[in-house]
Amino acid sequence: MDLASQLPLLLGLAWLSPLASFVAILFFGPRMGHHGKNAAWVATTAIVASFGLSLAAFGTWLGSHPVVAVDHGGHGDAGGHAAVSGDAAHDAGDHGQRGHGEAGHGEATHGTHAGRVPAAYAGDWYTLYRGGSLRLSIGWYIDALTVLMFVVVTFIATCIHVYASGYMHDELHEVTDHEVHLSSGGHLHRPGRFPRFFQALSLFCFSMLGIVIAGNLAMVFIFWELVGICSWFLIGFYYERMSASTAANKAFIVNRVGDFGMLIGLMALWGALGTLHFADAPPTAGGTPAPGLFSLVRPAASGHSLQVPDGMVKFAAADEIAAIAARRGAAPGGDGGEIAGRIAGWREMGYGRWLLFIAGVGIFCGCVGKSAQFPLFVWLPDAMEGPTPVSALVHSATMVAAGVYLVGRFYPVLTPEVLLVIAIIGGITLFIAATIALVANDIKRVLAYSTVSQLGYMMLALGVGGWAAGLFHLVTHAFFKSLLFLCSGSVIHACHTNDMRKMGGLARVMPWTAGTMLVGCLAIIGAGVPFVVGLSGYYSKDAILAQALSYSQANPSWSVLFYAVAGGAFLTAFYMFRLWFMTFAGQPRDHHVFEHAHESPRVMVAPLVVLSVLAVIAGWTLPGGFGLPNLLEQARPIGTESTVTGESFFGAITVPAEHESHEGTIHVIATLTAFCTATAGVLLAAAMYLWRLVSPESVAGALRPVYTFLANRWYFDELYDAVFVQPALGIAKLASGTDKGVIDRIIDGIAWSARQLAGIDAWIDRTIVDGLVNATAAATWKAGMELKKLQTGRLRQYVMFIVIGTVALFVLASMLFRSTLAG
Amino acid sequence: MMQMLCGGCAGLPVAWVAPFAAGFLSAPVGVAHYLVVGAILFTAGVVCMVVKRNALGVLMGIELVLNGANVNFVAFSSPGLRGEGAGALGLDGQAIALFVILLAAAEAAVALAITLNFYNNHATVDVDRADELKG
Repeated sequence: MDLASQLPLLLGLAWLSPLASFVAILFFGPRMGHHGKNAAWVATTAIVASFGLSLAAFGTWLGSHPVVAVDHGGHGDAGGHAAVSGDAAHDAGDHGQRGHGEAGHGEATHGTHAGRVPAAYAGDWYTLYRGGSLRLSIGWYIDALTVLMFVVVTFIATCIHVYASGYMHDELHEVTDHEVHLSSGGHLHRPGRFPRFFQALSLFCFSMLGIVIAGNLAMVFIFWELVGICSWFLIGFYYERMSASTAANKAFIVNRVGDFGMLIGLMALWGALGTLHFADAPPTAGGTPAPGLFSLVRPAASGHSLQVPDGMVKFAAADEIAAIAARRGAAPGGDGGEIAGRIAGWREMGYGRWLLFIAGVGIFCGCVGKSAQFPLFVWLPDAMEGPTPVSALVHSATMVAAGVYLVGRFYPVLTPEVLLVIAIIGGITLFIAATIALVANDIKRVLAYSTVSQLGYMMLALGVGGWAAGLFHLVTHAFFKSLLFLCSGSVIHACHTNDMRKMGGLARVMPWTAGTMLVGCLAIIGAGVPFVVGLSGYYSKDAILAQALSYSQANPSWSVLFYAVAGGAFLTAFYMFRLWFMTFAGQPRDHHVFEHAHESPRVMVAPLVVLSVLAVIAGWTLPGGFGLPNLLEQARPIGTESTVTGESFFGAITVPAEHESHEGTIHVIATLTAFCTATAGVLLAAAMYLWRLVSPESVAGALRPVYTFLANRWYFDELYDAVFVQPALGIAKLASGTDKGVIDRIIDGIAWSARQLAGIDAWIDRTIVDGLVNATAAATWKAGMELKKLQTGRLRQYVMFIVIGTVALFVLASMLFRSTLAG
Repeated sequence: MMQMLCGGCAGLPVAWVAPFAAGFLSAPVGVAHYLVVGAILFTAGVVCMVVKRNALGVLMGIELVLNGANVNFVAFSSPGLRGEGAGALGLDGQAIALFVILLAAAEAAVALAITLNFYNNHATVDVDRADELKG
């Protein structure tokens, strides 16, 4: 077995393992031990197996693609890269599966800097539909990013499964839900739903892994929707609670809005290009392989620089093509190559550029919904209604990561304009969410807004050209955010409240939770000793800052993006340490809560410790170059190694190459900025909540309008309610009024007249028809009664009748036929 | 015979009967005479059936009626009446008479059985008592 057949096998099994668990629990869940207790074991075993297989795939990958320091030394030095990709292509080429580059490819692009092709393996397991150029299939696209995401997702999911088997133990027996008030005045009693929880969790992992491994956008979309429905199951797990079912619906509906944009993007791509596959199709016997999206948008012929594909140019120039066809008067194919000859000219004129822009923005719309970006981030904080392990899973490694992952996967197709849109949306998101987090008092809501803010960071990083930085942050964030959520779950488990104003001083009773959460907070703010060592967030956040700085230097008109990142770093540090100080430091604010607080069971603490270790080390690069950034470099999309400048709808945009941000001054400035802002944030939080130098209440009082504005979350829910929900309800009311007032009336009138008509009909039937029949019957009856009298029963009388009758007949005959008889 | 005839049909005008009777009685015996005998037998049978209340009497009347008919059959079968049809044996009337006798025997057997049962049930053979089938 070689890499090209081994990786799909390993990752495919890792992908299907949670599905098996889902099916098993679906059918046999309630019979798995007492109240389905063993369902946790089934699900955990499946995800551990999945993790093991992912690790095996990771090891296999490292075996043939050793992670080494990427030398960006000088332009034009692509020897090292070409060697790597050449190897991969060689492996792939041997077995009919194909990597993104072919063996000859790597050679041909040896000298050009932009020609580095990432090692990737693509193929199909099963073709659902094949018609024309469209292939819908269940396939894979595996590169370093895929393998890395598999490891991260399955690892975090494993931790969360273990944690959840402790956290959800309430569901093992009858549950009294104190948040549901029945009309009878009592609380809701219901049977526990332990297996149901793990069933949905397994399906969730399966769906997420499906997105990660997907080899084409159609498959991504399928699993995209599956993730959506799973989040609906899990957020609405306590569906008897009004707030939970509303939050589940909200998450689902808001995601539909984004998915609508995604559908538009899919249609733009399919309509113009006829394929949704990322990679080129495997060569078929005798036929030329159908190119995938990546090689259509970044053809090797143009040195992998982005150009509008022929299909889109033709699509946009449909009028001209029709004119040519009309002029030639021949069949569409018989234009003598005129169309093909003019495509380059049309492309220069900008034909099809809008289409590519719409395709990119459309796909990004889906990511806006899933990754909770402005303006569709409103669902995510409400999604906290789900059980805390779900929050941890949704907000770290799965659902919200899917959007960022897709942008990363789809990166080669995104034009600089789309990237700018992404960066702007990311910047707005990170700023809004961070400001809301400043004043939130619900521990999970702070973390939720922090997640939104961090996702904004990732999107911004991707948008400003920091492909590796954004995905690096996605991975490190997955570790420390799941850690933070599980810590908050531990706190909630102990205190039975989400309100930080009732906590305080918990570090004394929950040392493990407090310690691990401190690690998480330090990681998320990017703590570290500048230029020496730091927690995982230190590296990823610095990379983002550096890239944003590099971008704003290249595009001075968009330098606001850098200030958003820097300001966001300050806000992050403030609200994270506000959370930690309010929860764990100082004196207990509510003694009742404090006295009942206790450290969580070992099954819950163990994942915290494991995750906190990873939150510390995930960003490190070992001597020799082994580390996440260099691993991600292996999957760097084609054509993003060098700085690209292009005209766009928004004026000239320069997307700086990422390695430039690692250089001297930019890196130093970024690191110092990050360090100073984070320190300032922590100090401010400490001053307000630990040392009590400044009273938070007086600050809130002094900035009352701002505080109210933030505490009401920028009035986004109210705005959407007024702009979308209420009009929709109004239209619905109007429609229902029309239905009741007009349509029902008409139908009632028709029914009424039909009834009247039927009455007349019934009268005719009863009186005339029935009367006739009855009269006939009565006459027959009467005649029978009369004739009955003849039947005397006396034999001699009968004989008399016969005789008289015979005689009468004779007399009658002789009188009537006298002449005949006489003759 | 004349008296008896005239007594039997007292209502008939004498002017109509008299020339007929005179010719009839003086003519040689032919088919008409047989028919008169048959008619007398038939009428006697019918009268018997009508006036007798005893079921056995009624049965006897039936026999008379049937035999009256037999006389007619035999009479119509006489050589003077039948045509000279090829292959005809000339015994049609006699054959049918035999059938009638046979049927009469069978009918009598059945009728006697009914009568006997009726007697067993009602201790009488008065046909006027047998009016259970009246409407």
